[in-house]
Amino acid sequence: MNFTEYVRQLPQGSMDRRQSIWTRLHLDPYLFAALLAVSLGGMVVLYSATSGDMGAVYRQAIRFGIGFMAMIIVAQFDPRWFQQWGGTVYLIGVLLLVAVIVSGAQAMGAQRWLQIPGLFRFQPSELMKLAVPVMLSWYISRYGLPPRYRDLLVSAVLLFVPVALIIQQPDLGTSLLIASSGIFVIFLAGLSWKLIVSFGTIAIAMIPVLWIWVMRDYQRQRVLTLFDPNVDPLGAGWNIIQSMTAIGSGGLSGKGYMLGTQSQLDFLPESHTDFIIAVLGEEFGFAGAVILIALYAVIILRGMLIAIRGRDNFCRLLAGSLTLTFFIYVFVNVGMVSGILPVVGVPLPLVSYGGTSIVTLLTGFGMLMSISTHQRN
Amino acid sequence: MLNSSLDNREKERRLFLSRMTASFIFIAILMLALVGRLFYLQVVQNEHHEARSQTNRLEVLPIPPIRGLIYDRYGELLARNEPSHTLSVVVERSGDLDALVQELGALVDLSEDQVSRFFDRVRGYRRPFEPIPLKVRLTEEEVARVSANRIFLEGVQVDAELIRQYPYGEEFAHALGFVGRINQEELRDLDVGAYAGTRFIGKEGVERQYEDALLGEPGFQRVETNARGRIIRVIEKQAPKPGSNLHLYLDQELQKMAYDLLGDQRGSIVAIEPETGGILAMVSNPGFDPNLYVSGFPTEIYNALRDSPDNPFLNRAIRGQYPAASTIKPFLGLAGVDQGFVTWDYTINDRGYYQLPTDDRIYNDWKRGGHGRVNLRKAVAESCDTYFYELAYDMKLEAIHDIYDQFGFGKNTTADIYNPFTGINPSREWKQNRHGFSWYAGDTINLSIGQGYMLATPMQLAIATSVLANRGRWVTPRLLMHSNDESLLDNIPEPPPDVHLNNDANWDRMHAAMQDVVQGARGTARASGLGATYEYAGKSGTAQVIRIERDENGDPIGDVPEQFRDHAWFMGFAPLENPQIAVAVLVENGGSGSGVAGPMMRSLFDFYLTRELEQ
Repeated sequence: MNFTEYVRQLPQGSMDRRQSIWTRLHLDPYLFAALLAVSLGGMVVLYSATSGDMGAVYRQAIRFGIGFMAMIIVAQFDPRWFQQWGGTVYLIGVLLLVAVIVSGAQAMGAQRWLQIPGLFRFQPSELMKLAVPVMLSWYISRYGLPPRYRDLLVSAVLLFVPVALIIQQPDLGTSLLIASSGIFVIFLAGLSWKLIVSFGTIAIAMIPVLWIWVMRDYQRQRVLTLFDPNVDPLGAGWNIIQSMTAIGSGGLSGKGYMLGTQSQLDFLPESHTDFIIAVLGEEFGFAGAVILIALYAVIILRGMLIAIRGRDNFCRLLAGSLTLTFFIYVFVNVGMVSGILPVVGVPLPLVSYGGTSIVTLLTGFGMLMSISTHQRN
Repeated sequence: MLNSSLDNREKERRLFLSRMTASFIFIAILMLALVGRLFYLQVVQNEHHEARSQTNRLEVLPIPPIRGLIYDRYGELLARNEPSHTLSVVVERSGDLDALVQELGALVDLSEDQVSRFFDRVRGYRRPFEPIPLKVRLTEEEVARVSANRIFLEGVQVDAELIRQYPYGEEFAHALGFVGRINQEELRDLDVGAYAGTRFIGKEGVERQYEDALLGEPGFQRVETNARGRIIRVIEKQAPKPGSNLHLYLDQELQKMAYDLLGDQRGSIVAIEPETGGILAMVSNPGFDPNLYVSGFPTEIYNALRDSPDNPFLNRAIRGQYPAASTIKPFLGLAGVDQGFVTWDYTINDRGYYQLPTDDRIYNDWKRGGHGRVNLRKAVAESCDTYFYELAYDMKLEAIHDIYDQFGFGKNTTADIYNPFTGINPSREWKQNRHGFSWYAGDTINLSIGQGYMLATPMQLAIATSVLANRGRWVTPRLLMHSNDESLLDNIPEPPPDVHLNNDANWDRMHAAMQDVVQGARGTARASGLGATYEYAGKSGTAQVIRIERDENGDPIGDVPEQFRDHAWFMGFAPLENPQIAVAVLVENGGSGSGVAGPMMRSLFDFYLTRELEQ
């Protein structure tokens, strides 16, 4: 039997296992292409949002470089590695969060960074964005699905500790994203609908408690401003009014690149960070915004597909959680800039100017690619 | 075991798939909601937001007009505009105000007064985003220091603007008036469009009277601004129309002379050109520096001026009302002789007092023992009271009131003097209304020597003197000579009807009697007339403030406290033929009119006439 015949006699599907170049590189081509498209497009918008500051675009490009490198490197590891190291990283992360609070007590006010003397500033909460879903996916998948009540309780504690520490900083946006990533793991693991409904009811009942005891003044103000930005048009409502005006005045096809009066004339605050989609909406119109959202949809759908095809519970839960959390990023940011959600500090993923979140996000996509390209041991 | 494990895996896979399906539906709905929201904003509400973004960036900014200049009759600049840099803060754009003011204090010299007034204005009513001035008139150096640090000073701006400057300061304070910051009361009434970009408004005097003409019309520029209000681009510009320049009859040198003559005495001097009615000089002393009104009075200076017993804010020329005293006699005498109550040859024997036929009351002459035989000419020259008591008794109130009225007493006859008092030319109805009593014969007697109820301002006496010099011809008294806005002259009102005499020769004879006052052998003010190279006429007046002990020459006995001393008057015109200038001088509590006020008038005449001859 010559080689060709041998191949013919192999069961159908074995041909699929002949690894494509992408699989050998442990990269997912669809995800990679969509991520690259969003990143490049984002830098084009950033150039306009900074009124032509090429320096900012270079710095952003370097971050993307680091991010894509991290993604490619992480993708080379078998998901087993994440499983093994997840617990350790999680523990270190929690310790660092405590360290931030201790050092922050000395430097008054908001403290999110840990200064490593002579090296760099490090934001432990970014680390937790990945450590929490890995930790929970690993913990829950150990005992099979759906999780038992005891596992749920432990998971809740594992989730609550870092979230509570980050709320203290205070960083509402990040704690929201980390809480979502954990809740998604538990939800995807098969938390019974009965419990989901009861938790939902309790959560709604907790709102007044949060309002009175937990939320800070500026956070309350943001919520109030959402309901009526005109209450304080020159103060807290200014951002919302200006961003809605920017987006709305873009129309179907936009005012043209670098021609957005709202963003170019400084009416739009934080136009290159959290509010950057208003620049896109103003200069490229509804068409531009929809194209961006479509690209995000491609990333999310691809991520969901990878999750469904995951080789085991851990991979499925992790991939699912990372993908859904990415969606939350998009939804919360676009929702707040377009005035349907309160303003919480969530950047537009892969587009907003800013270092750590880009690297963290792309590292997460590296994990997704690892899951999609390491199908068996 | 293997089967059940496989079963379990299949179950887990299916459970996960169902959860992913649920998530997919959840995500799909929310994604559609986002797209729907964007559609709503960008397509449905596009027009609304488009309009909003337009008004956001396009702003119409006023360009204030340049205020009209004020010149004297020879083209000397009396009120000009000079560039000034104002440091102000937009509170809405600045952070911690206290810290900011402290920082600014390191760059520019700030007084406590300036800082406290700034905070008063911050706390008081103001429009949002309105710059609140902290300091005006920065020095070049201060402007440079603030500009260099501007990037660190959020909400701070330095604006260059033209502000009013009065080079002659106090000399012209009352004549020109001044501009000051628009206050809230004025803000309510004025046309906001016309004052767009203008922060000053005429408050008093010429500045107030001719406010509309001096103001001009604002221009506009349509500009594109950023959120911080900084102008990025000017799209359209319409230049402002500068205010009209005014050329006044005022004579800067004469005004200065009059101001210097009064020195530190309270009083007023008004000079009029009889030919034109033009007001040559209008001084009220003491004055104040009108430039302080523009820059903002330091509180202690303002309080000192306000509380000063000398009342420097009172414009005595037009709002100081005094008994006209003996300066009224020429007018009364002219009417009496022209209407046949007396003749030039008629004499009385003055024994120093007068008694009404109807009661016992004695009316004393100022000179104890009297003037002896007195005709009208001598009565004017020596200022014999008794002669006029008798004349007044014969003429009765109505005829006296009428002649005073014809010469402009008790009313405003000026064209463009802001807010003058009218004095009082009393009548029966006036007394009934004012005091609730009927008119007594004794009131008429008092009226004959300009005492009693009669009050006149220095301006009124100068005008009456001018009409007398003009032989009864009225020309509307005015400040404005000409302007590039010719319509202003059209607004000059008609003067009162001329004073007609039955016999025009009476003018010359009265002028001659008045010449005797200053240049006659027995004139009351002959001392002040000595050595004059021209002929002129005058009349003294000494207005009683309070009844005081006097010697036989009418001079007070002993030391009289200043505020009880008589007011000194002098009026007159020169030269006798073709008079060029008519003057009224008042010195409050100055004592004797002929002794104090007469020499001042003589000095003015000397200056004015000799200088005129040189030209």
